[in-house]
Amino acid sequence: MESAADLVVRSPPPWRAALRDSGSVGLALVPLGLAFGAVLTHAGLDWWWATVFTTLIYAGSFEFLLIGLVTVAAPLAAIGLSAFLVNVRHVFYALSFPLHRVRGRAARTYSTFALTDEAYALTTTERSRKWPGTRILWVQLFLHLFWVGGATAGGLLGSLIPDSVVGLEFAMTALFAVLAIDAVRERRGDVPTPVLAVLSAVAARLLFPGEMLMAAFVLFTTGLIVRYLATGRSECDA
Amino acid sequence: MPDTAYLFAAVAVSAGITWALRALPFAVLAPLRASRTMRFLSTRMPAGVMVILLVYCLREVSWNSTSALAPLLALAVTAGLHLWRRNALLSILGGTTAHVLLASLVFSP
Repeated sequence: MESAADLVVRSPPPWRAALRDSGSVGLALVPLGLAFGAVLTHAGLDWWWATVFTTLIYAGSFEFLLIGLVTVAAPLAAIGLSAFLVNVRHVFYALSFPLHRVRGRAARTYSTFALTDEAYALTTTERSRKWPGTRILWVQLFLHLFWVGGATAGGLLGSLIPDSVVGLEFAMTALFAVLAIDAVRERRGDVPTPVLAVLSAVAARLLFPGEMLMAAFVLFTTGLIVRYLATGRSECDA
Repeated sequence: MPDTAYLFAAVAVSAGITWALRALPFAVLAPLRASRTMRFLSTRMPAGVMVILLVYCLREVSWNSTSALAPLLALAVTAGLHLWRRNALLSILGGTTAHVLLASLVFSP
């Protein structure tokens, strides 16, 4: 017992550090989950589908879309295509998500399954560069639990929210605004990156409104590569 | 309500495709990780990706209508709170509350 206690004093267990890491973003997922559960029950599904959706799919923005698809009984092929188009942006996360630090087949399976935008944002920051794999996994698990818990509560309480209350889904916009501000501030002085991102997103919205996300990511990544080739590779090695 | 078997099939299709999109690229892209181009990209992508997702969330705002003021003002509240207090939870709760109040009471459809 003594030695275990000493160990705790020297470095807190990964789960406790992860709870702190995921706390602010995780708690922010709760109002978003409440909104999700409320929207789901208002669409006529039983409350526990909120738990099933958030546990098994775990892709926030697509889950909102899926409610609309299943309530009009969309064919499974259309659902699959929508899942592909909304989530295909995740292929880019493999470029920088630190999966190589996560050990073990089961752990890696879960880590890729739970590779959400929020998990990516939290684990690719400057200060997360030294996190061991266990801490990354715990962060992902806590985010998952916050999301499932919020959505389940929203499913149960959703019928109490009158139809005249609208706009809860803004929680997702606010979440990305916060993640964007934090990520941009961490790279202070790197103005071209957010400017290029805004230009890519606006151009994608105007030119490819049906595939805005995918088009924006392709434009942005291409723009970054062009910039890397144009500005001299050595000085950009950050 | 859609029947249970259909809903489970919809969940299975969605979960399978989402997981494949997240897991398979690691096998393809792993050999590229050591390259300098990848290091350049990996330090700059997180900020840009979040900015793009933020713009994406605003894609359905009709910019020439007064209803656009609800998300715009709520976004200003979110960003203002975050730059001031740097507390993600406070910024998101404040911004969402502002949006619900504005959209439900002031700019209600």
